[in-house]
Amino acid sequence: MPTAAPQAALTHLDVLESESIHIIREVAAEFERPVLMFSGGKDSIVMLRLAERAFAPAKIPFGLLQVDTGFDFPEVLATRDRWVERLGIDLHVASVDQAIADGIVIDDGKTSRNRLQIGTLLHAIEERGYTAAFGGGRRDEEKARAKERIYSHRDDFGQWDPKNQRPELWSLYNGRIHEGEHMRVFPLSNWTELDIWQYIGREQLDIPEIYYSHQRRVFERDGMLLTASEHNPLRPGEVASERTVRFRTVGDLTLTGCVESTAGTVEEIIDEISIARLTERGATRGDDRFSEAAMEDRKKEGYF
Amino acid sequence: MSADTLTTTDPSRLVAGAPSTSGSGVSTDLDLGLLRVATAGSVDDGKSTLIGRLLLDSKAIFEDQLEAVEATSKAKGHDHTDLALLTDGLRSEREQGITIDVAYRYFATPRRKFILADTPGHAQYTRNMVTGASTADLGLVLVDARHGLTEQSRRHTVLLSLLQVPHITLVVNKMDLVDYDEAVYTQIRDDFLTFAEQLEVPAVATFPISALAGDNVVATSDAMPWYTGTSLLEHLETAENADLFESKGARFPVQYVIRPQQGEHRDYRGYAGRVEAGTFTVGQEVVVLPSGVRTSIAGIDTLDATHDQALTGQSVTLRLADEVDVSRGDLIADAEHAPEVTREVTATICWMTTGALHSRQKLLLKHTTRTVKAVVDGLGARLDVNTLERDGEASELGLNEVGTVSLRLSQPLAVDAYATHRATGSFILIDPATGNTVGAGMISSTHGVEYTI
Repeated sequence: MPTAAPQAALTHLDVLESESIHIIREVAAEFERPVLMFSGGKDSIVMLRLAERAFAPAKIPFGLLQVDTGFDFPEVLATRDRWVERLGIDLHVASVDQAIADGIVIDDGKTSRNRLQIGTLLHAIEERGYTAAFGGGRRDEEKARAKERIYSHRDDFGQWDPKNQRPELWSLYNGRIHEGEHMRVFPLSNWTELDIWQYIGREQLDIPEIYYSHQRRVFERDGMLLTASEHNPLRPGEVASERTVRFRTVGDLTLTGCVESTAGTVEEIIDEISIARLTERGATRGDDRFSEAAMEDRKKEGYF
Repeated sequence: MSADTLTTTDPSRLVAGAPSTSGSGVSTDLDLGLLRVATAGSVDDGKSTLIGRLLLDSKAIFEDQLEAVEATSKAKGHDHTDLALLTDGLRSEREQGITIDVAYRYFATPRRKFILADTPGHAQYTRNMVTGASTADLGLVLVDARHGLTEQSRRHTVLLSLLQVPHITLVVNKMDLVDYDEAVYTQIRDDFLTFAEQLEVPAVATFPISALAGDNVVATSDAMPWYTGTSLLEHLETAENADLFESKGARFPVQYVIRPQQGEHRDYRGYAGRVEAGTFTVGQEVVVLPSGVRTSIAGIDTLDATHDQALTGQSVTLRLADEVDVSRGDLIADAEHAPEVTREVTATICWMTTGALHSRQKLLLKHTTRTVKAVVDGLGARLDVNTLERDGEASELGLNEVGTVSLRLSQPLAVDAYATHRATGSFILIDPATGNTVGAGMISSTHGVEYTI
């Protein structure tokens, strides 16, 4: 192992990294059965690297849980598989299709896959007995997330009660839960989109290539550029065309928009988002547009 | 330079890691780290406007957020854009027009990244202030120039000093409404400095500003030629985030024992944790508490490097020279300046729940990485956070009250006084029945010390 180069003080990324590692170790030490909720996106991958750092040279002492909407980007699944293979970590995939088939969630043809993820996730947590579930949520992403604690208590129904959150003092996290309850834990709470990209650059992390500029057949809906695919039939008046785009977030491909961009490297992306005038969710997430409190409502039900 | 630390590992990380300075506005060359700021002040003193301006001017507010806030303001019939809506994001907060709890906001300048714990000024002030101030490097006390120091400003300053927030900054806002009068500012500043001196607050800075007009917030202003200091933002960018606690001796609470038990690491045994105070160096003599066993540091590891030294704030894994029994909850400390090991602590408590704290009550106490049972042996004086007076012996401590409590513990803890070590001098109290966090404690002294190293 190389010996480190001297440096006088901790940069902001060093401090954020250290705080996140501290949180991840606390959870691994105090909870019977933690799991890392993994979407394959950039925040999930930063979480994996932090978990790797927290326990090296030992393996990460918990597995991954992915909720597969059935409409995931193939590039994201490929990146996921490379990480799982390299780290030798367990992956459990909870499938929305399977949950529909088993009658756990109901597909009425109107509810989005994103919403059907909630029931699928809660079922997986209960069935597999997870007592803590790490998420890559950041407070800068969305106003309801801004109010969430690092340790977010969930009741027996997986619900979040924003009015009854535990105060978080110093670095003393309170992980007490009752039977049937679980904790959602957000080690990236204090990171911003820019911090994530700086860290991806610093750590040279393998992320899905759809974050970088590429050609894609897209169409415009509600001011967003969505991927043309069989899951997302064009409506009257919509026209698909080839554009130069990249994604700022990844999720269900029927709802996740991309932005026109020529940024092909981490440095170019950092430059681009430094002057961006829209938040990543505002620019690209159809699921947050249903109402002003869409995220809060989903979180109360048990969404990440 | 002989000592090397672990803030960078292999140099290849730096190549990709140094973000371009062109257009990004963020450069690691000038990275002065992270500053955690807690805001204080009552509802109408212009806190939202100040925060809004800091966020707007550092481009931390995006168009879609601003548009949403403008639309909501309009729908509510306001004639102005209500910047508080930017962070009062919950349905019930918007309905009631109040901030329910501490909100965390983020902004960065080319020099530094800031985490702002914005604590609401309404009734639940103590609990929220304590929560926000517990992690703050700097407390910002906002005062309306027309009203001067109010009871609320004094109360907030008391709480910041109680939590020993290293820097306290007074911001006299709304100077535009007092014709930028120097005498008004000087009077408030002098009142504040006298008060702060009584509290023995270490680092105090004061600023005359207008958050609305932008005077002295991001840039110094021509409207107040008599003011020769820096802008508020420049102060925030340059305030030392060094630990101003008089920490003597390094502290490392053990979080997790790392034993891969396979491959090339079959015999590896490391203790994972974060350096909470001081510096650990390979070869340094340390003591493991509460057992009291002495050994030395054999190695300091992270994922991709080994290091000679670990600094305050770094999460690392320590290896020890001898095979000693160390587990989660133990503390590795500098053998020269070790903390006391005790089963009894006296502490200043902020009580955070509606049911009162009373004598003989049994609770759980979480201190660093160790949770023990605790029983309240006695209650001491209650602190009036408005007058700074302490009354006689309290019979109980109610919601948002602050007082002295002595606790007896089921197991010994290695503790420091809060005045010297923030991390090993603080604890939380948990109600064993509900699992809720019900109190925050700062250790003032220890009795019944079993031994001092």
